[in-house]
Amino acid sequence: MRLKQLAAAATLLAAALAPTLGHAQTKTLRFVAHADLKILDPTFTTAYISRNFGYMVYDTLFAQDEHGQPKPQMVDKWTTSRDGLTWTFTLRPGQKFSDGKDVTAADAVASVQRWMVRDSFGTALKKAGAEWSTIDAKTFKLQLKEPFGMVLDALAKPSGFPPVVMPERLAKMPTTTPLTEVVGSGPYLFKRDEWVPGSKTVFVRNPNYAARSEPPSGLAGSKKSHFDRIEWLYLPDSNSAVSALKKGEVDFIEQVPADYITPLRSDPNVKLLSAGTQQAQLIMNQLHPPFNNARVRQAVLKAVSQERFNAAMGYPLDMRMRYCATYFICGSANDTAAGSEPYRTPDVAKAREMLKAAGYKGEKVALLVPSDVPYLNALGLVALQTMKNMGLNVEPVNMDWASIGARRAKKDVPESGGWSAYVTVANEFAINSPIVSTYLSAACGNTLPGWPCDEKLDELRTAWIREGVPARRKQLLDAFQVRAYEAVPYINLGQYTPAAAARKELKGADKLWSGIPNLWVLDK
Amino acid sequence: MGYFLRRLLATVPVMAVVAVLVFLLIHLSPGDPAALIAGDLATADDIAKLHVALGLDQPLWKQFAIWVGNLLTGNLGVSIFTQVPVSELLAQRIEPTLAIAAFTMLITILVAVPLGTLAAYRAGSWIDRFVMLFAVLAFSLPVFLVGYLLIYGFAIKLDWFPVQGYVRFAEGPGKWLQSLVLPCVNLALVYIALVTRMTRATVLEVLHEDYIRTAWAKGLGVLPVLGHALRNAAIPIATTIGVGIALLIGGVVVTETVYAIPGVGRLVIDSVQRHDYPVIQSVLLLSAGVYVLINLLIDLSYRLFDPRIRY
Repeated sequence: MRLKQLAAAATLLAAALAPTLGHAQTKTLRFVAHADLKILDPTFTTAYISRNFGYMVYDTLFAQDEHGQPKPQMVDKWTTSRDGLTWTFTLRPGQKFSDGKDVTAADAVASVQRWMVRDSFGTALKKAGAEWSTIDAKTFKLQLKEPFGMVLDALAKPSGFPPVVMPERLAKMPTTTPLTEVVGSGPYLFKRDEWVPGSKTVFVRNPNYAARSEPPSGLAGSKKSHFDRIEWLYLPDSNSAVSALKKGEVDFIEQVPADYITPLRSDPNVKLLSAGTQQAQLIMNQLHPPFNNARVRQAVLKAVSQERFNAAMGYPLDMRMRYCATYFICGSANDTAAGSEPYRTPDVAKAREMLKAAGYKGEKVALLVPSDVPYLNALGLVALQTMKNMGLNVEPVNMDWASIGARRAKKDVPESGGWSAYVTVANEFAINSPIVSTYLSAACGNTLPGWPCDEKLDELRTAWIREGVPARRKQLLDAFQVRAYEAVPYINLGQYTPAAAARKELKGADKLWSGIPNLWVLDK
Repeated sequence: MGYFLRRLLATVPVMAVVAVLVFLLIHLSPGDPAALIAGDLATADDIAKLHVALGLDQPLWKQFAIWVGNLLTGNLGVSIFTQVPVSELLAQRIEPTLAIAAFTMLITILVAVPLGTLAAYRAGSWIDRFVMLFAVLAFSLPVFLVGYLLIYGFAIKLDWFPVQGYVRFAEGPGKWLQSLVLPCVNLALVYIALVTRMTRATVLEVLHEDYIRTAWAKGLGVLPVLGHALRNAAIPIATTIGVGIALLIGGVVVTETVYAIPGVGRLVIDSVQRHDYPVIQSVLLLSAGVYVLINLLIDLSYRLFDPRIRY
């Protein structure tokens, strides 16, 4: 009898310990995201994690291909008038939202109108007098009052605030708080019931997704997924994330911390990939002395060694540029050296002279140094040393990124709780043209922290936006950058390429594009 | 029963003080959730509008009154960031936390109490010295370092356990148990060290008492005598274990981070980092409540070990 009881207990234990087969037939991609998803509304925040979430569940009217060219995505056909002021768009047939309802022109118009309120590209479009209206269930119209050379680029823009399409009823909700309901027509469905904020976000393939016939390219083409299920995991401990990748518990790490890049290069089961391009930046408060003086800002620019800033972040030599002359992205279509010549060689002694000539009277500089983000902390410390070396009366203010976020919005003088400068980084899509680069938007009276104000720069920006002829655009871009090097709305601290890491067996990783996880290209 | 009720009622002013302190500490610390939500490129105007939408523009006393009013109706509020109800966030996090706390304490009791008793019984011998050396090492080594070593040895090299993650019981008891082993062993080492030393010290003290000498003189065996000694030494051991359980339920951040376990500790840290006021306030208040409750249960348990105690 005792033996029988023992056998029964052993059977029960074995059954309990046996692996469950629930997900065995489900093809799952386990993806370690660069951050924890908090906001489900990509039209509300510029946080990249929310943008990436947007591309998983929503689709866009146009999308950039791997060459950066805007291609139709939800749009089937479009026409433009000879003067470029009237545009009509027709949606592809068969597109449905995840709630089963058809995507209509009214949804597209309401979504674009929502986006125009928030985005820099959208705001510029609005400034050109953009009016959107529906023609029929599938056709809608854009009427402009002024020429706007970049209508399709605007609708395909991949940076923060992407122009995603959602149902009209959601698009018309107030833009002052984030949307919490997620209804898109993109390649995946968000599994809210499995969402564990701070840990895991789950997506499954959207059965209603109507794919384009073209192969995937960048964010354009078919987004038909090879995976039934995608899990975004947030693993805050880098060592655990890398160990999980080595063991095959996860398939992909979106951003590998700099310290782990070299060890992973020698792992035969892992391949390292580029995760887009980033620019490090020094933002200066131009409301108060000393950085309200363009000549002081020029002096700091002269002292900046991009090489030192880049090295401090710890990326290997082949992932960082020694020097990038452009305010945009080196190697991109907008790469230009115009205006950069005086600053090509960093020279602290010269910077001291320039500071003196600028009339600097020893005003205090409150430099906000992030304490909780390692690479930003490194940039902050190099900025501190650079400013000290050139003779600025600088004091570090160490605080977490959340606190910097609050403090940088304050316009008070540094002595009364304001600030003078802080460091940050931006993804290539947020800086690679005068229109998307918010810190190059120097319209006086703008509300951006730093409050850059230079009428000439703003005029040149507007002229570049309006111009449609490529050769003339290039000239205007150069003129814009020459003025930017005079006005110094912010300082480019250097360009670098963060790394992603994938398991060797993951197919299609070479089609990943510019740091945005277009996961539908992957398979295993 | 009267004692229990009196103690329960006494927790009310304690919780009220905790609520006020937690609220003030969080709201007076620098940082702004609206600035974080709005993102890097948000303007001051965007942030100001968000303040209004989230009610953060209201005077502090009004925000406190709203929070307490909601609490009294059982409403813990909604996360500022995710807009997920705090009760839902807690429900997601409580299973891993309770499972880790239970398993860690089970391992601790099973290992530490016999080990400490043995060390006391063989005080001064090489066994005692070995046990004490182990206790010192287990207590001194940083939790994350032990974690990395366990992961390297048992997850990567031997492939017995997963590197990270928590598998819910509903997804399969086998996988659930597998996901618990490394973090619980990792944590248990600290508690084993603590409880072993406590057990050794108290049992050793009791072993010198007259009634133990009498027991030996009466010819009782080793196990009955040690059992007798252990019961008399149990009160400080139970206190240590109880406080340990309370700490574990409050959240063990390093372990949860190393093993990527979505427990209460990580929830608190994440919420503090982003100034998610409703989540921090509710979780800290609940943790304080659990702490008070466990202390009460520990006090009540004393009677089990010493029938002379009257309430």
